Amino acid sequence: MNPKDVVITGIGVVSSLGLGVDAHWQALTGAAPKPVLDGERFAPYTVHPLPEIDWSTQIPKRGDQRQMETWQRLGTYTAGLALDDAGMKDDEALCASMDMVVAAGGGERDVNVDQDILDTSLTRNDHDVLLNEKLTTELRPTLFLAQLSNLLAGNISIVHKVTGSSRTFMGEEGAGVSAIETAAARIRSGQSSHLLVGAAFQTEHPDMLLAYELGRHLQRGGWSPLWQRSPEEGGGVITGSGAAFLVLESREHAQKRGRTAYAAVGPVASGRARRGGDGLQDALEEMVGRLLGGDAPMLAISGASGAHAVTKAEKAALDARGHVTARGFSSLTGHMKEAQFPFAVALAALAVHHGKAYPAFAESERPFEAAPSAALATAVGYNCFEGMGLVVKA
Amino acid sequence: MKTTDSFGRPLVAVTGMGVVTSLGRGKDENWTALTSGRSGIHPITRFPTSHLATTIAGTVDFLPESRRGASPLTYALADLAAEEAVGEAGLPAADFGGPLFLAAPPVEIDWHHRLRLYAQSQRAGDWRSLIEAAREANEAELFDESQFATIADRIAEKYGTRGLPITLSTACASGATAIQLGIEAIRRGECDRALAIGSDGSATAEALIRFSLLSALTTQNEVPEKASKPFSKDRSGFVLAEGSGAMVLESLEGAIARGAEILGIMRGCGEKADDFHRTRSKPDGSPAIAAVRAALSDAGMSEDEIEYINAHGTSTPENDKMEHLSLSTVFGVRMPTVPISSNKSMIGHTLSAAGAVEAVFSIMTMREGVIPPTINYENPDPAIELDVVPNVKRDADVATVLSNSFGFGGQNTCLVMAREAG
Repeated sequence: MNPKDVVITGIGVVSSLGLGVDAHWQALTGAAPKPVLDGERFAPYTVHPLPEIDWSTQIPKRGDQRQMETWQRLGTYTAGLALDDAGMKDDEALCASMDMVVAAGGGERDVNVDQDILDTSLTRNDHDVLLNEKLTTELRPTLFLAQLSNLLAGNISIVHKVTGSSRTFMGEEGAGVSAIETAAARIRSGQSSHLLVGAAFQTEHPDMLLAYELGRHLQRGGWSPLWQRSPEEGGGVITGSGAAFLVLESREHAQKRGRTAYAAVGPVASGRARRGGDGLQDALEEMVGRLLGGDAPMLAISGASGAHAVTKAEKAALDARGHVTARGFSSLTGHMKEAQFPFAVALAALAVHHGKAYPAFAESERPFEAAPSAALATAVGYNCFEGMGLVVKA
Repeated sequence: MKTTDSFGRPLVAVTGMGVVTSLGRGKDENWTALTSGRSGIHPITRFPTSHLATTIAGTVDFLPESRRGASPLTYALADLAAEEAVGEAGLPAADFGGPLFLAAPPVEIDWHHRLRLYAQSQRAGDWRSLIEAAREANEAELFDESQFATIADRIAEKYGTRGLPITLSTACASGATAIQLGIEAIRRGECDRALAIGSDGSATAEALIRFSLLSALTTQNEVPEKASKPFSKDRSGFVLAEGSGAMVLESLEGAIARGAEILGIMRGCGEKADDFHRTRSKPDGSPAIAAVRAALSDAGMSEDEIEYINAHGTSTPENDKMEHLSLSTVFGVRMPTVPISSNKSMIGHTLSAAGAVEAVFSIMTMREGVIPPTINYENPDPAIELDVVPNVKRDADVATVLSNSFGFGGQNTCLVMAREAG
């Protein structure tokens, strides 16, 4: 026990499975957890869609909602859930001194404007002039702000008054890893006392699928469990809309305001392994060994994406010494890119908090009967970068 | 020499710097131009400017990547700045041995690629054709360009930086945030050195149009080199620009131990987010004031000890007014006599790179004993009473600098630098 330990005192999670920690705990610990899927809107791609959300419960001003598209609304909403959960939501002094690290990609482009430009381009050769013509007249001025990566954090500041500091990390899953790693390091070293960290991903937009499919990463043949996806049906990734935000505090800061923590963030490791050959598997095995030390049974909340080679390497690394039992939540939520690692840490914290492991998320996952006093959270980038963190009892 | 600050933390030294702007490649070219008051702003030739309200920019047009799109150019700019900085620091070119913090613009697939893919597609009038064409084409380079991690991944690979590289955005404060992350990592004892880069090659037609639609850009196109006029009465917006700045940051102790030349000291950094509006700052200036004060307090210095201010100075009516208000609040009656100049009067607003580019120029200001001017200061704004070092450089003994970066989305970051460990 150290006053500078990093404890988790607030969790906000949203996915196709529901809104908030209770809905997720129930959905994921039920008899046979089932994914929520939409195979039609973006066929041949399947997505895990957002549930219905009443944005106004976390973003009361219509004017604020109008300034955002779904991605920023989702993040701002979920950040609000985390602040609520931590009992900080309406504490102006705590929010004003609270630091923030958001992992973000980009927001939604205007599909209609873009399609109009694409279609018109087939009839004209002066494409650069066409772009000027259409973009100057058709783009909504506010849409730029809704697309900007750092404006999710900007909106969280405006709506929830979190203004201690604001940093946005970019770079797919790795950004989520770095966000939590940096947040925890800042608290441990005394550079911050309380911090909001997290990410949101809104997959229900063609550009979000395009970014994966430029590299042939998506599965095209309908849903199948994470660990059992076949290269014949595409790249193996099925995406989902979702978000995860955590309130992290130093132990002494949480104690001073009388808050009980879900769990504590132990060591976090990250890396940039070369992906050829066995490079990734070796790096992940080394990372598991470094974080876990002994051979005691360990529950792993895996953010594996489903991308074939990478997911195989992660599975092999987790299976290597036989004491780690994985739960791949992307089977049930879909891949949420920047939000994968924050989401993994959130689910790990819930398991530690309840002293209960999740049942298998897919048939091939082994049972885990013991009451977990710790859980390993992982996120291995479908294209690059990887990280893991140990979540322990507070 | 003392190698810790007044809080007992390791002092952070700058041992290498690199810079590219529209004024040229490298510190020498840039410094010569900056101190002779030369502007890098010019008519846009990269794309046609018909239908555009703004037809000038501070684009970097002299690189092979200048016409290859935002991602390749942002990479090239980051690479050149890093090469100069790592070289000056005398560190091995491919084994940097510390983490990388890269400030860069958000990425998107370039319009030219989008149009090309669509032309290759079934052209069925909806987005499915584009995705299908992308899948068919299977171009690794296009995929890489659409990934936010790519540029940092490549820089990390080339320079042998350690661990998972961090790419970040705090809008116009990004470059300063990259440096701040490096300082914090060294203070935590996680590393002996860090490579901090701000790079931005994203001046595409769409980027220009987006800022235009927010009424952020000047439309004074007639004499491009006179369009950026921070603190002037007739200022009317910023000039979109490109560039990069890189710094090798090291614990002073480590730098001395390996016999590196100390170029300057990063004394402190501070930040404060604004909760007022997405593009406008709080009317009372309190977030900017708090950011300046946080940086001074982190540096363990009082406002009296700041000898020069490298302004954010974008040349928008809003920023320059707010920056003056904030600084006047912090520095009080002394403010009209503290020299303050805006590099953006010559290089425009290099967005994600600005904080890093201007930090490099701030250190050079101290080392050279010369303050670069604020050019185009012909029609002073009577409401802004400042010593902007108007139009002509000034020889001055400068031992400490405050550099401001205030971003869209309310992200404000300030850096305090010193010539010596003190």
